[in-house]
This record gives sequence, structure tokens and C-alpha cells, in this order.
Amino acid sequence: MGSHGIKDRVAIVGMGCTKFVEHWDKSLDDLIIDAADQCYASAGIDRSSGPDPIDAYWLGTAQGGMSGITLARPLQLQNKPVTRVENFCATGSEALRQAVYAVASGAYDVAMAVGVEKTKDSGYQGLNAAPPPNDGTARTLTAAAMFSMVAPAYGHRYGVDDAEMRNVLAHIARKNHANGARNPRAQFRREVTLETICGSPTVAGSLGVFDCAGVADGAAAAIVCRAEDAHRFTDRPLYVKALSFVAGNGGGLTDPDYDYTTFPEVVATAVDAYEQAGITDPRRDLALAEVHDCFTISELVLLEDLGLAERGEAWRGVLDGVFELDGDLPVNPDGGLKSFGHPVGASGLRMMFEVWLQLRGEATPERQLTTDRTLGLTHNLGGYPGEMVSFVSILGTEPG
Amino acid sequence: MRGIVSWGTYLPYWRLDRSEIAPVAGQGGGRGSRTVAGFDEDAATMAVESSRRSLRSVGVAPEQLLFATASPAYADKTNATTVHAALQLDPSVAAFDLGASMRSTMGGLLLATRSTVTTVVAAADVRTGLPGSADEANGGDAAATVVIADATPEGPELLAEIVATGSVTSEFLDRWRTPGERRTKVWDDKFTEVQYRPLVATAWRRALDEASVSPDEVALVAVAAPTGRVAARLGGVLGGVQVIDSLESSVGSCGAAHPAMLLASLLEQAGSLEAGSLVALVSAADGADVLILRTTEALSRFRPAVTLSDQIASGAQVPYGRFMQWRGMLAVEPPRRPEPQRMSGSAAARSTGWKFGFVGSQDRETGHVHLPPVRVSEGGGRTDDMAPIAMSDVQGSVVTYTVDRLAYSPSPPIVFAVVDFDGGGRLPVELCDLGPDELSIGSRVEPTFRRLATVDGIANYFWKMRPVRDGAPDEPSDTREA
Repeated sequence: MGSHGIKDRVAIVGMGCTKFVEHWDKSLDDLIIDAADQCYASAGIDRSSGPDPIDAYWLGTAQGGMSGITLARPLQLQNKPVTRVENFCATGSEALRQAVYAVASGAYDVAMAVGVEKTKDSGYQGLNAAPPPNDGTARTLTAAAMFSMVAPAYGHRYGVDDAEMRNVLAHIARKNHANGARNPRAQFRREVTLETICGSPTVAGSLGVFDCAGVADGAAAAIVCRAEDAHRFTDRPLYVKALSFVAGNGGGLTDPDYDYTTFPEVVATAVDAYEQAGITDPRRDLALAEVHDCFTISELVLLEDLGLAERGEAWRGVLDGVFELDGDLPVNPDGGLKSFGHPVGASGLRMMFEVWLQLRGEATPERQLTTDRTLGLTHNLGGYPGEMVSFVSILGTEPG
Repeated sequence: MRGIVSWGTYLPYWRLDRSEIAPVAGQGGGRGSRTVAGFDEDAATMAVESSRRSLRSVGVAPEQLLFATASPAYADKTNATTVHAALQLDPSVAAFDLGASMRSTMGGLLLATRSTVTTVVAAADVRTGLPGSADEANGGDAAATVVIADATPEGPELLAEIVATGSVTSEFLDRWRTPGERRTKVWDDKFTEVQYRPLVATAWRRALDEASVSPDEVALVAVAAPTGRVAARLGGVLGGVQVIDSLESSVGSCGAAHPAMLLASLLEQAGSLEAGSLVALVSAADGADVLILRTTEALSRFRPAVTLSDQIASGAQVPYGRFMQWRGMLAVEPPRRPEPQRMSGSAAARSTGWKFGFVGSQDRETGHVHLPPVRVSEGGGRTDDMAPIAMSDVQGSVVTYTVDRLAYSPSPPIVFAVVDFDGGGRLPVELCDLGPDELSIGSRVEPTFRRLATVDGIANYFWKMRPVRDGAPDEPSDTREA
């Protein structure tokens, strides 16, 4: 019994990612095809020149379509096993996780994970979920409102007054917008001043428009194979060091001991992932962290839950610039959900795409990190404080 | 001997200043203010509130529930079952609707009088009319519940014995409304008054004869009539008795609920009379009905859960525009978010304890309270080792809160909080009856039964929390068993 991990047994050998924007001119199928084609090309695969070398596919989409056929039809896959998965906003990470484990098990040699979401065709603001028929007693708040309850709780516990909290959250938004401005695939490509962020209209609680992730359409994809086969596809594979996932039991919503200053599911996945990867000091070892900044307050708490800052101290690190592009540990150098945008099923793979680019030295020069560290972390969550799924991956360029 | 053993009243939190009407509608309005049901209230939810209060005041086991309103959420389907479920009455307690007319409450009181079982008569109404109309300005939203039972050695004491009744029925058209419409049409106030004068006089005389008393032996009388003006004129045919305030200036004319409201007001005032005093309720609706009561010594000791006068003195103003929006007279652009789906009838049927009764589950071993109820203990291990726990009378404190300006609501924004209940249990829950800036961590709140939204004609009922206010000091119950 135990979580043993599959460190260095599987490698990512190709990735692709569309722009995350309001793709009014692209369908779900278009996004899938664009991300998949980039991904095939990145792994040196030409589907027109012979049989499809991918043995099995996983599709992550929260609401883009049902069943594996949603992927098999646009890509015209021939007699392939295709599984559609969904795990809230961690859906993209879940797709990769299943593909990696399938390869690690020996069932398949090569697998592909595709994450996609077409959020902007709903005509509504924000993200929407269609619940199954129910008794009508479930809350109907927006995610913004659920996460907004963390800010006063955190401030109350750690003595951060409202004005200081506003300033801290604005620094997170400014950083992620500045990073997104240096990323041609990002939804929002303008730097934003603290003043603009603080003056933006309120959405929920103290969270304003600039505290919320962009809602975008997009797709991302990854091809994985056994580590020993990686160099057949690329000279610079990314080795999967750790994958950890927890589906919370919703206990935080009804547990009077839960104080809304931490996400216990995230802590559990971080501990497990560091153990799998053999990391004892993530702040020292990680070259970058891509974290699920669905809201600025989320990123603040995640810094602590992922062990990148001490409890109650992340806000000081934010103000000190620790997590900026040129800081000690850059967080969300691609702009994060905040400015890269958040097509639900694609976001987890998008985070890995940034690790892929950064650790291979392929990010745009304006945001390319210079570091001798070889590990990157992605953190992807879904749900709400108290009722959450959490995923952590550790990826690295060096096996062993 | 049969009589009244308890009563409870409920005035919604909101008030409309009648002077706000004319500047917008170009007519109508008047002096004083009227009560206004929140956008999330209807006759059933208000009847639940007044009935909870009536049952909280005395230990009584209802055997029958009669629900009167002229603004039911449903036809075909019984509305009284909603009240029954929210009160968590025993399934053996019969629950019936009393039509949808102004006379229905008086019918309920008289049926209960002539019955042999302990009967809860709940009356509630949401009154409105076209902008600028007399009904809009003079109406009031309220609920009142009266519990009528036999005097028994083991049962609760009678607060007022029922001495005599008198009725006259007459078919004529003074006011009418097509089911489903919001506007009540009226014929002619003078015609109404002329019609009712002899009817009231006859019913009054019959009741007095039955009681073998003369008018001057009746200490206080309440007169319910289609309008306050007509009520004032009808007082003149009663033989010089003292008529109590009609509540029209402070509450409004509460439609079907008005006789029950006035009966509650009458009993509140009669508590200071000498025990054994005679009081009477006179109602003019499609005829006339009279109820003569004799107060008991127990009445002077009885304290309603919340008095009418306390409720009249509390509350907050709602702007006229929002009032019109709440009553469907003004369509306002909704948030660009999905509207709620209709609830599932079968899912709700499996969940009546939670959805209507606010009954959670409590772990028999650890005492942990689960809201909503669950079957498996926290962390797993044991299945079905839970006891039901009733939360509807348990107060709580706000742990953290937010205001959602994006989510769909029939009246945005949504004020939402995580609430820890006294004695255990936590629920993230919507709040009501407050402004967006009224809440802070630690605020005290209490459950209230509401209609969240209506989709496909289905009234989706569930509980919200409202601030505990000094003006409405609901005592938390110390009995939590379901």
C-alpha cells in the first residue's frame, strides 16, 4: 500500500498549445486539430507518412463533448482507444496522468493527452457548469465568490489588513499580466498597473475583475512514451518525476475546523509529489512553478500550500518580488490563468507546456528564464475552497 | 370547551414608503408604509415563519393544518404540504389548502372551531396590484397562524375560549382576480360598503344571540374588510363597540391573511384586559363572519414568540423600483449568467427532510453534524450510523462571507456566508433580509424558509439565513431532535 510514483519511467516527448483567446473563428474541433498538429510536429511525427504511431489517446474536456469520439472524430483516429476524462479544472492534467500511467503500465508504447475547452460559446460571463438534476438546494455561487471568502479569512488569521491585502493581490495580478505580455500565446498581453488593478470593478467580495482568471478558448496536447524510447522522438525530453492527485471529500464545506486560509487537498498533493520526486526543498530545487491562479488570492495561498513560502509569509514574498520573472522562484512565467486564460480542459497541459518551453530554453526571449535548475512544477486544481480536486506534477530534464 | 391555544405572526423585513409610489407611477401611494415580502418569499414561506412561531410558543401536537392564501404558488398541487414539510409535522397530520379567496382564512378559523382535532390555521398573502393602484399602496404582505384546540387537562391552556360564531353568505361581485393574474379588479367602493353593511349587521347579531350577550359586553372588536375605509364604515353597524386599529397604515391590508392578522392583534391587546373579557373578530368577505371569544387568565401570561408591535417597529425600506421588480412589475436586466435549472421533483422528494425541514445528520459516535445529511461518517469507516438533527431553530455565526455580484439571482447581488451553527454543524449558505454591507465575521444569523427561485412553474424552496435582529428576537430553541 502506498503512493510509489513512476519517477523517470515516462517522458514527455512532444507538446503543442494553441493561443488561449476568444477564438470566435475556431470550433472545438479546430482547437483540437491545431494543438494536436503542433504536438505531433514537436515529436517529429508525420501522420501523413504512415500509420499513427500513437497507441492510445486521452481527451480532457470539462464540457466540450462526451466520450472519446469527441477527439477521434476531428483527428480521424483509426481504431484507437480514446478516453474522455473530466476532473473539474484539473481535467487537462488528468488526461496526461492517465496517458502517463497507461505507458508506465506497459499497456501502450506511446500515448497522447489532449485538453480542450470552448468556453466562450456559452454567451455567459465566467465559467459555467451544468449540474445534473438535483433537489435545488445546492449553492449557485460563482467560483469568484467561493474563492473570495479566502481573502478576509487569510487577512484575519495573519494580520494582513484589507488595504495591504488589496496591494498584495494587485502585485500578483501585475506580475502575471507582465508575464503574459511576454507570451504570444496568452489571452491578455498588456501590462497592467497596480492602480488599474485596485480600481477595477468588484466581482465578488473584495475580488475585482483583475483578480480573476481570463476565460478563453484553447487546447494543449502532450505525447508521452517510455523514458528509454524518448530520444527516438526528441533530444530534450521532459521526464515525469511525480504525478499526484487528490479528490477532496467536500469535508471543508461542513467542517468547522476549516478556516479558509489553506487548501488541504493541495498540501496533500504537494507532499506526495515531492516525496515521489525526492524533493526536500522545492524553493531551492524548482526552476519554476506553474500554479492554478484562478484568482489572485488562490495564488497567494498556493505559494504556501505548495511549500514555496512559509505559512503566513507568502504575501511578504509577493511584495518582495520573489515570484517575479527575475525573482528567486518565478511563478507563472507564462502569465498563468490570470493572463494566459483558462480554457478549463486545456489549462493543466498548458502549464506543462510552459515547463516544456522553459526547461528546453524555448520560451520567448523576453520571458526565458536563465537557471541551472532542471525541475519544474505544475499545480492544477478544480472546485472550491473546502471542496477541491488538486493535481501536482514535477517534470525535469535530467533522468535519475 | 374549545379555543385558541397559541398564535404567531410574521411580517417580512422589508417596507415600502408609500410616498415613493406617486413620483414614479404618477398616482397612487399615500401615507405610511406597507410591508413587502422579499423576492424570495411567498405565502407558503411566510406561513412557515408564522407557524414556527406559533408552535414555538407552546407545546402542542398539531393534528390538522389548514392553509389559506389568495396567492398560492400552485394550483392542483397542495400548498399546505410545503408548510407541513417545513414545519416537520408528522405525516399523519392532514394538510389542506383553503381555496384562494379573501374569505378562506375565516373559513379555516370556523372549520377549526367546529372540528375536534388540534388544528393549525395558517394564513398568508402577498398583496400587489398595478403600479399606482390602491391595492398596491394599501396592501401588505404578512402571515399569521392561529392554533385551535380542545381544552384538555394534559394539553396547553386555552388563551381564549370560542363563545359563538355567526355567518352570512352572499354572492355579489366586489373584487375579483383571474387566477395567475397579478391585478385584482374592483367594482365600486361605495357598492362594496352598501353590500356589506347589512351582512355584517346580521352576522354580528347572530353571534351575539348565540353568545347571549349585548354589544356593550364586548370589550374589543377587530374588523377585517376589503379595504381599511370600508372596515371603518362597517364598525358603525356593530353598536358602538371599540374597534382596534386595522393595521392598514403600518402593515397594509393583508388580503386573505388579514382576519388572522387582526385576530392576532386583537389577542395581543386583549392580554391586558381582565380575564373573562369578550372580544370579537368580524370579517366582511363574500358575506360576513363573526367569531366571539372570551379571554382567559392564561392569555395575560402568554408571550408571542415575537409581537406584532415589535415587528412593525423593525424592518428596512425597499426602494419602489426594487419593489416593482420583486413583484414582476418591472423587468430588470439579469446578470449574464445561466439561470437556475428547474429542480428535480424526484430528487426533491428524496430530500424533503433537508430541503424543507432543514434536518441534517449527526454522527451518533462523534457528534459531528453534517449539513446536508450524509450516510458515511467523516473520513469513512461507518455507514448509516447517523441520527437526524433539526437545524431550523438553531442560530449560528458567520465564519467568512462574500457578496457575489456576478452570479444569477432574482435580485442580485447574492450575499453568502459560511455559517457555524451553535452546538455544531457548518453550512455555506445564502443570506437574506440584509444589505450587502451589513455583515461581518461573527455576525449572528438564524435560518428562515425561502423560495430560492421559480423555474418552469416550480417554486424551489430551501432555507437561507437572516441576521438575528433585536427587533425580531427569535429565541433559539434548545430542543434539536428531529
